[in-house]
Amino acid sequence: MADVLTFTDRGIYCPAGDFHIDPWQPVDRALITHGHSDHARLGMGRYLATTGTAPVMRHRLGEITLDTISYGEETQIGDAKVSFHPAGHVPGSAQIRVEVKGEVWVVSGDYKTVADGLSEPFEPVKCHAFITECTFGLPIFKWTPQDILTEQINNWWATNAAAGRTSILGAYALGKAQRLLATVNPDIGPILTHGAIENTNEVLRNQGITLPQTTYATADITAKTHPGALVLATPSALGTTWTRRFGPASTAFASGWMALRGVRRRRAADRGFIVSDHADWDGLNDAIKATGATKIFATHGYTSVFQRWLTEQGYDAHVVSTDYHGESLDNSEESEA
Amino acid sequence: MKDFATLFTRIDESTKTTVKTAALADYFRTADPSDKLWTIALFTGRRPKRTITATRLREWAAEVAGLPDWLFEESYSIVGDLAETIALVLPPAEHDDDQSLTYWINTIKTLSTLDEEDRKAGILKAWNSLPTTQRFLFTKLLTGGFRIGVSAKLITRALAQATGQPEPELTHKLMGNWTPDTATWETLIEADDPTADLSRPYPFYLAYQLDSLDDLGPPADWNAERKWDGIRGQLIIRGGEHHLWSRGEDLMTDRFPELSTLKDYLPDGTVIDGEILAFSDEKPLSFNALQKRIGRKTVPKKLLTEAPVILMAYDLLEHQGQDIRQAPLAERRNTLASLINQTPDETPIRLSEAVAFATWEDLAQARDQSRDIGAEGLMLKRLDSPYLSGRKRGDWWKWKIDPLTIDAVMIYAQAGHGRRANLFTDYTFAVRQGNDLVPFTKAYSGLTDAEFREITAWVRKNTLQRFGPVRQVPPTHVFEIAFEGIQASPRHKSGVALRFPRMSRWRKDKPVDEANTLDDLKEMLATYG
Repeated sequence: MADVLTFTDRGIYCPAGDFHIDPWQPVDRALITHGHSDHARLGMGRYLATTGTAPVMRHRLGEITLDTISYGEETQIGDAKVSFHPAGHVPGSAQIRVEVKGEVWVVSGDYKTVADGLSEPFEPVKCHAFITECTFGLPIFKWTPQDILTEQINNWWATNAAAGRTSILGAYALGKAQRLLATVNPDIGPILTHGAIENTNEVLRNQGITLPQTTYATADITAKTHPGALVLATPSALGTTWTRRFGPASTAFASGWMALRGVRRRRAADRGFIVSDHADWDGLNDAIKATGATKIFATHGYTSVFQRWLTEQGYDAHVVSTDYHGESLDNSEESEA
Repeated sequence: MKDFATLFTRIDESTKTTVKTAALADYFRTADPSDKLWTIALFTGRRPKRTITATRLREWAAEVAGLPDWLFEESYSIVGDLAETIALVLPPAEHDDDQSLTYWINTIKTLSTLDEEDRKAGILKAWNSLPTTQRFLFTKLLTGGFRIGVSAKLITRALAQATGQPEPELTHKLMGNWTPDTATWETLIEADDPTADLSRPYPFYLAYQLDSLDDLGPPADWNAERKWDGIRGQLIIRGGEHHLWSRGEDLMTDRFPELSTLKDYLPDGTVIDGEILAFSDEKPLSFNALQKRIGRKTVPKKLLTEAPVILMAYDLLEHQGQDIRQAPLAERRNTLASLINQTPDETPIRLSEAVAFATWEDLAQARDQSRDIGAEGLMLKRLDSPYLSGRKRGDWWKWKIDPLTIDAVMIYAQAGHGRRANLFTDYTFAVRQGNDLVPFTKAYSGLTDAEFREITAWVRKNTLQRFGPVRQVPPTHVFEIAFEGIQASPRHKSGVALRFPRMSRWRKDKPVDEANTLDDLKEMLATYG
């Protein structure tokens, strides 16, 4: 039987439906798992994404030809039957299920298996072949449980506020920032946001997602006008002159990479919170098991290690080379998790 | 160990020395005296004896975590720290009984008396009763090496805050070969006689690299001498015994047995700061010769004749049992000279002679000769300067010669460890030979974080082949490699080995075909080797 999906230098391709999934080169028809810039790119003839992802894509990509689809809704594209299912990565994010002649393949996009209180929770989808990310595909990555994380961040903020310090928290503009907003206790103090984050907040609020009140940190907003504030900033704004107006401050960074002491120290932030919108080791393994798939393709992350591990677990596992970044710490442009 | 873990976390989380110092001072005010002493010991490199091999620890951790050995190794190579890897992969602890730091150290000590099965049981039990941070610290104690970003300076500053004693005095008290088994908090910190221990060295005075000659004032205020390329050491002669300390506070007495004759010719109550040099016919041998002696606890006769060492004396810190560090350098050196003059010629000690100069131009010329006479450059010391402790600006400067450089092509890249775990930072470089590229050195440092990130992104996109953790990349990027010396080496394909190679510049302006050649490298070997 021919493969349902193939891997080309433009992206993941479905010959039966003549479409690509999350392509990185211009193609006619692109199915998009979620709005992060390494998955939703400019230059495609037409796009298909979930109703929850569409607003952010329009915000970021401008005038595009975009059709939307609900979770679980089936659509026929050529000879392929296609549906989108929650990936739990960011609000609106999806795994894409493609069925051709009874053979089912699923592209995970980016995903996490724990509920973050904001994104539609991950749903395992039965399939024959599963195309998975493995950004954190090593057994050293185990995420802090959400309740402990909440306590850690709130304590940090409250302690800083009591000591007259601003709390500056670095997080990606789409997903991580809003997840943290949904996590923190807004009674501790005012919440200020960097422009890139506030814009995304607005997009998400407009589509009906409830977030605590935030104030866009314009130039006249300082530690004096908003004492004891929590400032949500993009990673690239951390440590720049932009943060100076907030006076004495404690800085923190929220990322899965913060599980590693060396990386935490290299970031030179005061605190590192271990939180990711990608699956940790147990999450990846559980998700793969739940699909019932026997054939696994690892796209980005610790692919070769993860492939070997899966092979030893009895899977028919492969590595495919893609242009997705996963959760990056180092890109100075607004890269995403 | 909860309070020790809290201390560690507070130190580890912060990049600010004030916060770290405050955390340590709080701990020194409140912790149990035995725990405090152990904490000082651990942070100054005095750890309990290793009772378990790293190999066993890996096996047991992999077994408990249900991981194949290779996956544990892969994880370790990303984390870069064995204790941290173990703490991360193990399942969560089922118990949490808070025992003191001293309790866990004693547990580790008792392990050595047990057979392997009981050792394993003891360690597995400990892992299962400690939350992640404590588990990491406990395993760190097992594996040795306790470097967590706390300098001796920070310790003394915190101790000074907690005890009200002056810092220099505390620095001196912490030197030497005490251990928590031979000392107590009371005898080491509270008691006030730092000379009670006859082997105790003085803290070393270190210099910064000179920024500019302009701020130095008149040349007549300064003493210049060669900066020798050996091992900095402090020779102590007290109570009829001698002790030789390295700058890293290693006792090196037995490694350089020829220096034992010095106690026969120098009076009791003498402490000299100097450089251990391999030395023959009144000339220093290459650092390579000395290198053969480093790390050898006992020295075969052959090596003693091939690479004999001397102490090249820089300074006198103690004379007739008196600490004379506050006396002016000129006076200390005069006394030192007269002491050395009284020794027979064959005694393995020399005075590091002053380099005569009337103007800074003279001195610059003298500096240019450094490489010819086997020196690294010059040291400039103010004639009226006291002997301070630690690295200080103002009175002492090192004025090193510029390194040798060669333009080389990057051909392999490997991810770093620890702090650099997700960056490609370790590169292999080649020089050209006809149409071929001959690898000749590795280098890991010298670039900015931004440059490492840029190269990392490039390596990810341009990997030709993988050999385990090593990526072969197309020969595209040229780097200027700086190094301090070059030696013939039959073990390397290129036939040379470099000393302290690092990347001094990314030559984005240079195409690969303008990189240096193997012939260029051989010429350097002929000139400087």
